[in-house]
Amino acid sequence: MSIDLSQFHQVFFEESYEGLDVMESALLNLQPDKVDSDTINEIFRAAHSIKGGSGTFGFTDVADFTHVVETLLDEIRGEVRDITSDTVELFLKSVDCIRKMIQQHDVGDPYDATDANAIKAQFETILSNDLPTQAGESLAITPVTASHEIQNDSPAPHGWKIYFKPHQDILRTGNDPLRMFRELESLGPLIVAVDVSALPHISLIDPEACYLAWSLELKADVPKAVIDEAFEWVADESELSITPVVVEDDQVSAPEQLTPYRPAVKGSDLSKVEVTSIRVGIDKVDDLINMVGELVITQSMLGELGLDFTMKSLPKLLEGIEQLSQNTRELQESVMRIRMLPISFTFSRFPRLVHDLGRAMGKKIELKLSGEQTELDKTVMEKIGDPLVHLVRNSLDHGIETPQERLTLGKPETGTITLNAFHQGGKIVIQIIDDGAGLNKAKILEKAKQNGMVSDTDVLSDDQIHDLIFKPGFSTADQVSDISGRGVGMDVVRRNIIELNGSVEVESTEGEGSVFTIRLPLTLATLEGQLIRVGRQTYILPLISIVESIQSFQGMLHRVVGGCDLLRLRDEYVPIIQLSSLFNIPSDSKDMEDGLLVVVEGDNMKVAIFIDDLEAQQQVVIKSLEENYKKVEGVSGATILGDGTVSLILDIAGLIKLAGVQRHEYKAVHKGDDYAA
Amino acid sequence: MVDKQGDNASEVNINEEVGEGNTYEPSEQYLTFFIEDEEYGIDILAVKEIRGWEPATEIPNSPEYLKGVINLRGTIIPLTDLRLRFGIKQFEYSPTTVVIVVKVIAGEGEKIMGIVVDAVSDVSDFSKADIHPAPELAANKNAAFVKGLGSSENKMVILLDINELLNAPDDADLTVVSRATF
Repeated sequence: MSIDLSQFHQVFFEESYEGLDVMESALLNLQPDKVDSDTINEIFRAAHSIKGGSGTFGFTDVADFTHVVETLLDEIRGEVRDITSDTVELFLKSVDCIRKMIQQHDVGDPYDATDANAIKAQFETILSNDLPTQAGESLAITPVTASHEIQNDSPAPHGWKIYFKPHQDILRTGNDPLRMFRELESLGPLIVAVDVSALPHISLIDPEACYLAWSLELKADVPKAVIDEAFEWVADESELSITPVVVEDDQVSAPEQLTPYRPAVKGSDLSKVEVTSIRVGIDKVDDLINMVGELVITQSMLGELGLDFTMKSLPKLLEGIEQLSQNTRELQESVMRIRMLPISFTFSRFPRLVHDLGRAMGKKIELKLSGEQTELDKTVMEKIGDPLVHLVRNSLDHGIETPQERLTLGKPETGTITLNAFHQGGKIVIQIIDDGAGLNKAKILEKAKQNGMVSDTDVLSDDQIHDLIFKPGFSTADQVSDISGRGVGMDVVRRNIIELNGSVEVESTEGEGSVFTIRLPLTLATLEGQLIRVGRQTYILPLISIVESIQSFQGMLHRVVGGCDLLRLRDEYVPIIQLSSLFNIPSDSKDMEDGLLVVVEGDNMKVAIFIDDLEAQQQVVIKSLEENYKKVEGVSGATILGDGTVSLILDIAGLIKLAGVQRHEYKAVHKGDDYAA
Repeated sequence: MVDKQGDNASEVNINEEVGEGNTYEPSEQYLTFFIEDEEYGIDILAVKEIRGWEPATEIPNSPEYLKGVINLRGTIIPLTDLRLRFGIKQFEYSPTTVVIVVKVIAGEGEKIMGIVVDAVSDVSDFSKADIHPAPELAANKNAAFVKGLGSSENKMVILLDINELLNAPDDADLTVVSRATF
């Protein structure tokens, strides 16, 4: 019976990724000077199961690669060999390499083995150097007869003779010799002779036991390791000898007959369908099941009530409906919770990042993580990863000083970067805190003046100066380093965060460090909205983008010939967008003075939106328009209001684009003003 | 399209079981409806439900025939007024005006959309033999979404390919699908 193993591939991939994460974090925690045997065992176990799995599923490249990693780990575990910081680096590299290989298998792309071979060679060099005396022992994981060890990697030119006598229990453990022979057959011509001498009398036969032994001859030019692999799972429980065929005369297996070794390509027909899945804690699913159970009870209660309804049972009905609405609310909450994952999923990549970057820059850095259990919507988490990486790199590059500088300044040699996450008022707050140099206000201001963002006469508060780093085209890096300044600025970070309906702020004290604070909604599925009315249409503005609303703005309006109207708001000029003319819908307000202006911020600029009226503020569930229709310019989605009607959610950046308000055009009129908040 | 044919096949099987041994000529069922006294038909397997007309939320800067979007039990679906789409003059919505909610194959996926028609008429079976190819039209522009003409007894139904129709670009000219053309 053959089983289609490909159905388990996804599980194997996911488990391998987890195993690699375990290896990585354990390696990062490893102190080369005091090796902790638990940690080594942990790394070894993870590597071993990746190797075993990849062998089973036919990912021979992964298995081969992991094999050398495992061998070295085993020697370290057996205290045959010491671990050095260089070995740790090599292990980290190998983790990356295995991850890459598995990813390639995952998506079904061909893998470029150059890197893997280079790293593998490094391992082999270490392994062959001052070969430890207990080598035979440490190789117990691939039991082979010691005398043939040398041939492990060199193929025998004329094939191999194999004697295989499995333990009687082999079939009970789910192993099938036939499968192994088939695998050998895929390597080249195979001659199989069975030895039935051990068969007992038929009345004594245990049908589940194996009494047979085999002599095989494989006429293929393959390394011994490949044959070992076929017997990998049964080697412990059988008598196995693998010897090269010795050519005594010419007629025995002429070289031409040999089939060149080609690794069996299994799983190449991997479906390329991208499956995004969430691993959900069983407790959440249990909650959900309980909740649905209650819902069913309430429903049957209401159903029964309906069968024989009199006005007397009205209170009972109302009670039932109340219960139903509570069940529904709880159900909604638990369904939302399924999408929530602890932020440790994102944080977990930082120890490695900080480790590598710190090494590259010669800085000593300690990374502290806190609040890793804080939960966040999966979609938000995926999108916040890159901005966070940028901010952490920034802290490393611009924030933390070199060890020498720190010592001169009287600070501890090792700098600290803290990643902190917590919930606050229905939002998640993520902070990146460093004890580095802090933002250099004088330098920022000077740069801003050079770029014409600030005029010489402007007096700015500290916060306003700090805020300048988020403006487009702003960089204080004296030179472009490998780490930052690659064209992605803080403005992109802020834009990405704003796209998630979040915000980012910086606080900094020169010489003491900086704190970047990101606030994000818990989920992208809902939004705090401000309902606005134009004519008979109700639209929703994301509350977070609203700066203020102005009811009476007489004398604050300026009409620019050939341009749009401007609102003079204290010391800045804000372009006005008329929703009714932009969307081509009737409006109540005949005159500018009848309506209201809502000042909003989006795409790094402020605009004032002219509307008829402000209505309630409420949390809305975001629905997609694209799902059944298509993208609508100026609209980011839709929602359903309490009365069941659909209301569109406005997209500020889209409105600005639609209205054709261009930043440069506006800047030409009032140069620099838009940046001086 | 392939999927839909698959659905058709299974539908026929069900019919056979229900019909207890009756042999059916392979036939297709169409939901028919009226626009300006003309009877049109769409594949019934594409129809999800039929609803009364209700005002929709307008979509800014959309074509006139797009009446807006409505809430279909939590999903936002657009409504296309077929009258306006075919360039026939606007009609006061009456109690018989209905929205036919259809499932349209769009690219790789499916979309749920509504079409506004004057009134629903019937469900008609047309065997392959009853469906005649649409006459060559002047500019042949409607050929893509007119599947053919179905005739039964004494009526004629214009059979529409709803996928082609609702996937047509906004500015595609779909006018003059009426008796006058044929």
